[in-house]
Amino acid sequence: MNAILERPDFKLIAAWVKPGERVLDLGCDDGSLLKLLAERGARGWGVEIDDAKVLAAVANGVNVIQSDLEQGLAGFEDGAFEHVILSQTLQAMRHTEDIVLEMLRVGREAVVSFPNFGYWQHRLDILNGHMPVSDRLPYQWYDTPNIHLCTVADFDDFCTKRNIVIRERKVFDAGREITEEHNFLGSLAVYRITRG
Amino acid sequence: MTRTNHSVGQVSPQRAHFDTPIKLRSGAVLPAYELVYETYGRLNAAKSNAILVCHALSGHHHVAGHYAGDPDSLGWWDNIVGPGRPLDTEKFFVVGVNNLGGCHGSTGPSSPNPATGKPWGADFPMVAVVDWVHTQARLADLLGIDSWAAVIGGSLGGMQALRWAVTYPQRVRNAIVIASSPRLSAENIAFNEVARQAILTDPDFHGGHYYEHNVKPVRGLRLARMLGHITYLSGDQMAERFGRKLRNDSLSFGYDVEFEVESYLRYQGDKFASYFDANTYLLMTKALDYFDPARERAGDLAATLALAKARFLVVSFTTDWRFSPARSREIVNALLKNGQDVAYANVDYPAGHDSFLMDDPHYHALVKAYLGRVTL
Repeated sequence: MNAILERPDFKLIAAWVKPGERVLDLGCDDGSLLKLLAERGARGWGVEIDDAKVLAAVANGVNVIQSDLEQGLAGFEDGAFEHVILSQTLQAMRHTEDIVLEMLRVGREAVVSFPNFGYWQHRLDILNGHMPVSDRLPYQWYDTPNIHLCTVADFDDFCTKRNIVIRERKVFDAGREITEEHNFLGSLAVYRITRG
Repeated sequence: MTRTNHSVGQVSPQRAHFDTPIKLRSGAVLPAYELVYETYGRLNAAKSNAILVCHALSGHHHVAGHYAGDPDSLGWWDNIVGPGRPLDTEKFFVVGVNNLGGCHGSTGPSSPNPATGKPWGADFPMVAVVDWVHTQARLADLLGIDSWAAVIGGSLGGMQALRWAVTYPQRVRNAIVIASSPRLSAENIAFNEVARQAILTDPDFHGGHYYEHNVKPVRGLRLARMLGHITYLSGDQMAERFGRKLRNDSLSFGYDVEFEVESYLRYQGDKFASYFDANTYLLMTKALDYFDPARERAGDLAATLALAKARFLVVSFTTDWRFSPARSREIVNALLKNGQDVAYANVDYPAGHDSFLMDDPHYHALVKAYLGRVTL
């Protein structure tokens, strides 16, 4: 089956999106997820800033819009989509809070995934006096694009403060779903959120 | 094996005559007219592989290839049409047409007015973008093309692609709108007006009937082109290309050509004025100004574009200030509002509005990738 479905967040999203629904994928890369969703009857649009990825998405027949997410989602109407997806990009954004609120403006629900900084190995790295470097956070402190890392507990707090409802929270490690101690055992968090 | 891409080679224009009168947007009726056109590649048996290339202000039907015995007579968009090129003539049948009102062989102000036997001149009716689309549709009928695989154009050509998608939704499967706009801004109309005034106030204009006086309003047309040309380039590109470079080493303290940019503009103006018809230039700028398909829907562009059934590729260029990326985004946003299929790229290229004519590899790869997905 599609290699893309090996990504646990994509597998979840594919299960959540129903045929006929409209999906906006922010940072859509080469459009693989949207292509997969389209094959399953959903209608998709993507936003991407990188030239090579825009080209790849066009070659995949995907509705890609070249635009900078840091500028928000001006041009997208309120409530235009059933799902708005931001996959493992939140932690690399400057306007972190703005983009989440923008997602909930244009979408009925948002799917946000990010590497959980509270993962036990990351905590261990810090205890040992170093910034975490792992498969999930494969950067050194001086070259990382990740400027807004957070833990599952932090994101929960953020949602409470901004009156955002968490419809589902799924946490994974090494491709397997974690059912207890999310903030400690999960390296990847996937949230399904709506406006309160 | 690497596939080479090359020009379509030697081509020749064709001529189509239309006897059915056409009522123009202005209300005027043109009883008959001719269009010159060229085609590249082969129309397939299903007649499903045709692409219409719409030209901009100074363009024409000679899009690609060269004429017999004249290897320098390359078409104006030769770099994008040919085997292995984005408009791949091994897959597509590409059609270029000189628009009604043009001065390259199609019926226009310099053609004889059947009522007088003299050139139409200023009496040639004003032609709008929608009129071009209707006449192009008649050419499509003649060629047996029910629906275009794609209609593509840059600038004023992109406006025709938009118009096609809205006016003949069943006949356009893809619209490729490059460096274009859903309507001109006041600033754009202002530039056009200055260009027109340059022509209209030339003593050799004679109210548009200069043909009978055996003169041409060359000075006005030259000024119009010089002005236009400035707006087609980017400031950065001009700075890089010309800077403050002088033709000679020292200042001459006179009004002859001193700076390189002056020399360039004068050359471009002279060249253009030597072959282009001033009445056609006037008419084309008015077609640009009048273009506003959303006008029929109280200015609601989304409601207008909702009529289209085509998929869209919209391309803008970062340095284009005459038709800025923001204008392309207006088109994109309207399509998004309707939930229509659209891909949009804002290509980083330094050549301003003229970027759409350049063979930037990324830009061409986008068009090629998009057309590569088009099913016949």
